[in-house]
Amino acid sequence: MGRYVIRRLLQMIPVFIGATLLIFLMVNVMGDPIAGLCGDRQCDPATAAQLRKEFGLDKPVWQQYLTYMGNVFTGDFGTAFNGQKVTELMSTAFPVTIRLTIVAILFEIVIGITLGVVTGLRRGRPVDTGALVVTLVVISVPTFVTGLLLQLLLGVEWGWIKPSVSTEATFGELIVPGLVLASVSLAYVTRLTRTSIAENRRSDYVRTAVAKGLPRRRVITRHLLRNSLIPVVTFIGTDIGALMGGAIVTERIFNIHGVGYQLYQGILRQNTQTVVGFVTVLVLVFLVANLLVDLLYAVLDPRIRYA
Amino acid sequence: MRGATHARWAACAVAAALTATACGGGGDSGGGSGTGGASGVLSSSWGDPQNPLEPANTNEVQGGKVLDMIFRGLKRYDAKTGKANNMIAEKIETSDSQNFTITIKSGWKFSNGEAVTAKSFVDAWNYGASLKNNQKNAYFFGYIDGYDKAHPENGGKQTADTLSGLAVTGPNTFTVKLNQKFSTFPDTLGYAAFSPLPEAFFKDHSAWLSKPVGNGPYEIKSYTKGSQMSLRKWDAYSGTDKAQNGGVDLKVYTDNNTAYTDLLAGNLDLVDDVPAAQLGNVKSDLGGRYINTPAGIIQTLAFPFYDKAWDKPGMEKVRTGLSRAINREQITDTIFQKTRTPASDWTSPVLGTAGGFKEGLCGDACKYDPAEAKKLITEGGGFPGGQVKISYNADTGSHKQWVDAVCNSVNNVLGNDKACVGNPIGTFADFRNQITQSKMSGPFRAGWQMDYPLIQNFLQPLYYTNASSNDGKWSNKQFDQLVNQANAETDQAKAVGLFQQAEGVLRDNMGAIPLWYQNGSAGYSSSLSHVALSPFSLPVYNEIKVG
Repeated sequence: MGRYVIRRLLQMIPVFIGATLLIFLMVNVMGDPIAGLCGDRQCDPATAAQLRKEFGLDKPVWQQYLTYMGNVFTGDFGTAFNGQKVTELMSTAFPVTIRLTIVAILFEIVIGITLGVVTGLRRGRPVDTGALVVTLVVISVPTFVTGLLLQLLLGVEWGWIKPSVSTEATFGELIVPGLVLASVSLAYVTRLTRTSIAENRRSDYVRTAVAKGLPRRRVITRHLLRNSLIPVVTFIGTDIGALMGGAIVTERIFNIHGVGYQLYQGILRQNTQTVVGFVTVLVLVFLVANLLVDLLYAVLDPRIRYA
Repeated sequence: MRGATHARWAACAVAAALTATACGGGGDSGGGSGTGGASGVLSSSWGDPQNPLEPANTNEVQGGKVLDMIFRGLKRYDAKTGKANNMIAEKIETSDSQNFTITIKSGWKFSNGEAVTAKSFVDAWNYGASLKNNQKNAYFFGYIDGYDKAHPENGGKQTADTLSGLAVTGPNTFTVKLNQKFSTFPDTLGYAAFSPLPEAFFKDHSAWLSKPVGNGPYEIKSYTKGSQMSLRKWDAYSGTDKAQNGGVDLKVYTDNNTAYTDLLAGNLDLVDDVPAAQLGNVKSDLGGRYINTPAGIIQTLAFPFYDKAWDKPGMEKVRTGLSRAINREQITDTIFQKTRTPASDWTSPVLGTAGGFKEGLCGDACKYDPAEAKKLITEGGGFPGGQVKISYNADTGSHKQWVDAVCNSVNNVLGNDKACVGNPIGTFADFRNQITQSKMSGPFRAGWQMDYPLIQNFLQPLYYTNASSNDGKWSNKQFDQLVNQANAETDQAKAVGLFQQAEGVLRDNMGAIPLWYQNGSAGYSSSLSHVALSPFSLPVYNEIKVG
């Protein structure tokens, strides 16, 4: 187990370097960011040259990358064009996005799995068909439509919530945005769980469990559900990374100042330091989440062992 | 100049706004924060400033909003007429339009208790001009003697930290020596870059940046970078334009559509950038609580005069023909819902006729006339390569829509579907890069946001030979000469006349095609009154009444 974890951690290194290099190059390809700092006017050449020097943009790309990586390992993610440290941006943005992700994941787990179990056990019944139709609709409607619609109905027409989230972004305020963010994944979780449950219901160990007279509740939670959760856990695990990085649309609609907001702004302003910094952290989150998923397999299914 | 693309500095608001109070029915309570009377606090939409919040480093509207509230300079531009009136300046004297003696009023204070003295100004200007401080507005000090030493061009070594043209001669007086005659120099001093700075700015710079201290009617109570700034009325403010409300909460919005939705839901009091998509229904949503007034912004099409194909004799006919092939009325009505006005000169209506705005100066050259346009383009030898490509940045604004409309208009005139096409460029920075490196092969979008309401500012930086924003590298001896004469002229009316003559030269050569004047637009909740936008498209916050 320990060796397996170490091996996986070592594998992360090349992935990490490759991902950051790619992002670094992509942001660089967009051209000189200094030209965009002076509005429709040409930056005066002396100041522009000075700024390029300060941000290290006058050096060749490979050298910029090496310097950047060197700094990253000492915890220095650079400075954004507005003079703020990228680490400072991260310390304000990540807590917000993490809260949003937690809300979204909770929705996925609680509603998604419950619905999945209910429909999986009642295949072909009206409940099942109804849930299938609803998930189909949710999957096919883009997030920004769901988001804007809920914002308009709940925020403006009925006045149940505030259309935008305040600076503090408390859990209470994040319920609706979290639901919007989770909606598509939630539908997938429902369908995955349903299929998995329906399949395993016919398996031998469930029949045995029922035959030896275990209570229905125990059969479902201990035997059926636990074995059916593997694909679902995989999905939710990878979804953590996707939700954190992919919240740009939701964050824009509800004016949440999280990771998506900083990334969007960083890209518009061609701020290499911000973009690479945030993406690097997202890559790490993704890698760690995947590792945790793999380790969870062993917990869920005793047959899986890591040597 | 300050990114008219990034942020819409919008408008000389004004009279219209005064009549627009609370006409909208709606039983909503309006901004949640308003408590009424002079103590009421309003909330307003904001964007994260692009640069650190220093006066000489802020060149876009979002940072400009804050500076406008916490700073007062020697002069201040009237929110209605755009005229430069003395603020802190007692008097500014000159006998030769080159050496100025400035006397400031005594008794002004910064909100940390420091006195505003002549030194506060000289120190601030020296800081702004010095190359090592990376101030993006440094060029504003370019007229002051010694600028070339404190801010050497292209790779030169900086040999002075201060401007030799500035000298403190007393607690309340200082002198300015310019490197050329510039009669309207005092009128430029209302720009934020010329604000005074307290000692605290230099002593503890990072502390100042995290909570700027100024001498304006508001002081900053708290500032959370990237999300919110709370400004409160400063009771001990020395000026006469005291805040009429208790304060302003600036809230950062990522998307102006969300800000607009918040306004409709009564969660926000003032939106100073109504999203283009909402322009169609803003009247039914807000009734009279919507203002749409001219701002000091003009949009033009510039030409690459470094490209021989566009510069050869006879091409002025093609350029004029192109101008006449554009149906400005139709485009401003349908695409911009009248938030732009067809341009008929190269300045802006906010200057007023005394300031140099002359409606119709462009004459026939800016009037839509398909037959005449076709004739001119054919006579001039047609577009180089048989096709004209209009370049624009596709990331902000609704540039694609209007460029396509302009091309459509040109194509209809010429009866050729391929005569004009748009050439989108991904990001604003890349667009600016290609322009600075003289890589344009055809006309390109050019926007100009004035720094100060002077006709000089609409002409010299843009069309004078090798001027800082002469992106098309247009050059004309006669034009340069007229501008020089105008700058040396002490009589304002005569100077304006000379500038307008220069504009005539620009028209005859069609150095750039004027498209439209841009308006500023804002919407507000029913709890506010006396809302107006300045010629710089900033809401005049200190005049707004809550409740």
